[in-house]
Amino acid sequence: MSNLARKGSLVLSSLFMFAAVSLPAHAELVVDITQGNIQPLPVAITDFHSATEVAGLVGQKIADVIRADLERSGLFKPIDKRAFLQKPKELQTIPVFSNWRKIDAQGLSTGLVKALPDGQLYVEFRLWDVFSEQHLMGEKLITSPTNWRRIGHKIADKIYERLTGESGYFDTRYVYVSESGPANRRVKRLAIMDQDSERHQFLTDGSNLVLTPRFSPTRQEITYLSYFNKRPRVYLLNIDTGQQEVLGEFPGMTFAPRFSPSGNQVVMTMAENGNSDIYLMDLRTRAVKRLTKHPGIDTAPSFSPDGSQITFESDRGGRQQLYVMNVDGTNPRRISFGRGNYGTPVWSPRGDLIAFTKLTGGKFSIGVMRADGSQERILTEGFHNEGPSWAPNGRVLIFFRQIPGRRKGEEDKVRLWSIDLTGYNEREVISPRDGSDPAWSPLNSE
Amino acid sequence: MRLNLGLKFLSMIAALTLVAACETVPEDTGDSSGSGATSQASSTTGSTGSSTSGTVVNKVQPGSQEDLVLNVGDRAFFGFDKYNLTAEARSTVERQSAWLKANPSVTVTIEGHADERGTREYNLALGDRRATAVKNYLVTLGISSSRVASLSYGKERPVALGHNNDAWSQNRRGVMTVN
Repeated sequence: MSNLARKGSLVLSSLFMFAAVSLPAHAELVVDITQGNIQPLPVAITDFHSATEVAGLVGQKIADVIRADLERSGLFKPIDKRAFLQKPKELQTIPVFSNWRKIDAQGLSTGLVKALPDGQLYVEFRLWDVFSEQHLMGEKLITSPTNWRRIGHKIADKIYERLTGESGYFDTRYVYVSESGPANRRVKRLAIMDQDSERHQFLTDGSNLVLTPRFSPTRQEITYLSYFNKRPRVYLLNIDTGQQEVLGEFPGMTFAPRFSPSGNQVVMTMAENGNSDIYLMDLRTRAVKRLTKHPGIDTAPSFSPDGSQITFESDRGGRQQLYVMNVDGTNPRRISFGRGNYGTPVWSPRGDLIAFTKLTGGKFSIGVMRADGSQERILTEGFHNEGPSWAPNGRVLIFFRQIPGRRKGEEDKVRLWSIDLTGYNEREVISPRDGSDPAWSPLNSE
Repeated sequence: MRLNLGLKFLSMIAALTLVAACETVPEDTGDSSGSGATSQASSTTGSTGSSTSGTVVNKVQPGSQEDLVLNVGDRAFFGFDKYNLTAEARSTVERQSAWLKANPSVTVTIEGHADERGTREYNLALGDRRATAVKNYLVTLGISSSRVASLSYGKERPVALGHNNDAWSQNRRGVMTVN
């Protein structure tokens, strides 16, 4: 172990708790992420060294997860490890920085894994600025070896945070609707997977139509719409226990649910006798409050991150447009004024922007505007893009895209895609089958 | 049944199409490929195989979904982003009302559907408006509201799979299904 490592105090934790192993140095290495089309920063992520073969394999896999996360962000370019001039074993003291400058690495991460006698995994990693030859950060943690993927994501988040100055989003998951079968007999199932498409898991069996799952910001819960017993209602699902319950006793269809930032309330729409209005339910008292009372369609509500306001869509002005109201339903005001229709507004976790689906000229686009409706920007446009959801750091959006079959008989593709807030780094989020209605989880906290 | 000859003729066309296209009435009627009593609907339900025999028509149970589809028309169509009943939709619902009066023990659900050119939540609300428009007209025509439930599927259950105006116009519909 290096001198640097010995400076830190060892903190034992059964789950994930990072302990700094040295005082942070001042960074000169910073990724400017305010520009759209940036050159990704070349970084060298070395395999985690281990004295034993088994732990060494885990060390390689953890490094693979980190490289893939950083590459996917579009802000980093991990260098092929075959170009490295120093081996992981040789990196357990101060690196030979000239060797890393030769391959143009600007950031360098090094690390160590050890199997502890009690079966736990000890992981240590460091981040270095190659050009200033500075130690940027060092962390260590102890956890179950089965958590190796999440270790990778957590370290990738640490690197991202250190070099961009913003919080990461790699240790997160998506819940979405997995789709299969022909469009007129589509089978839809709730599914969940890690941010890198790994650890995919179905949450429902497809016997009931399900739509629009949303993560709780505070608990392992999902709220969604199910057509169980042909009664479309908003449900609450506990991911850990699998327990489900219908939310409230509404006389009509309830749909379009979302949690409040505290996780203690769900805002949703109820349709009754041809009129859709927005309701707020407190999950602790089960009290329900009606927020809109208008003969138009009022739906797709989404809270501001401070919990004070709700954005929603309404056709009360004649066409489907975006509105913002106070959380008690007062002072509804229209914010979208561009050509076309607007739907599915969703407030950024940073609070400044609202993402939406825009329908204009026969195209479905994903865009963002400021919460007052100004500075509208379209990020991507095509035959059908719909339903954006924010990464917890407010820099990336996930949405779904339908691409019609080009030839007769060729099936449509409905897939998940992600795009940077800048409009760059658009890429498919791989799922085993077709997918729609994605929702990004908060950062894993445990 | 008070059907005029013209309607009977159209119903026969619908029946012949249906024999091939819809061998059984699906239990999940959200997927129903039953045909309306208009040529617009019957021409596009994807008939394959050869049309046969009137025996199928003869076997139809009065008051059944098949009876409704063959002799009355189970669906009314709507304009883009509209939920008002057109003259054609009204006449369909009027026939449905007469059929419900002739089969007083039957209860039904009106399923409201939207085309794919809208966002998910909006289309759920729009489907509810359409189902309600049909239900309300049935009630106006004297059908007890207790016999008519409504259910919106939004854009989740298209019958026509193309991405064109013809397909979309078939998918914007209110479908009566026998409970």
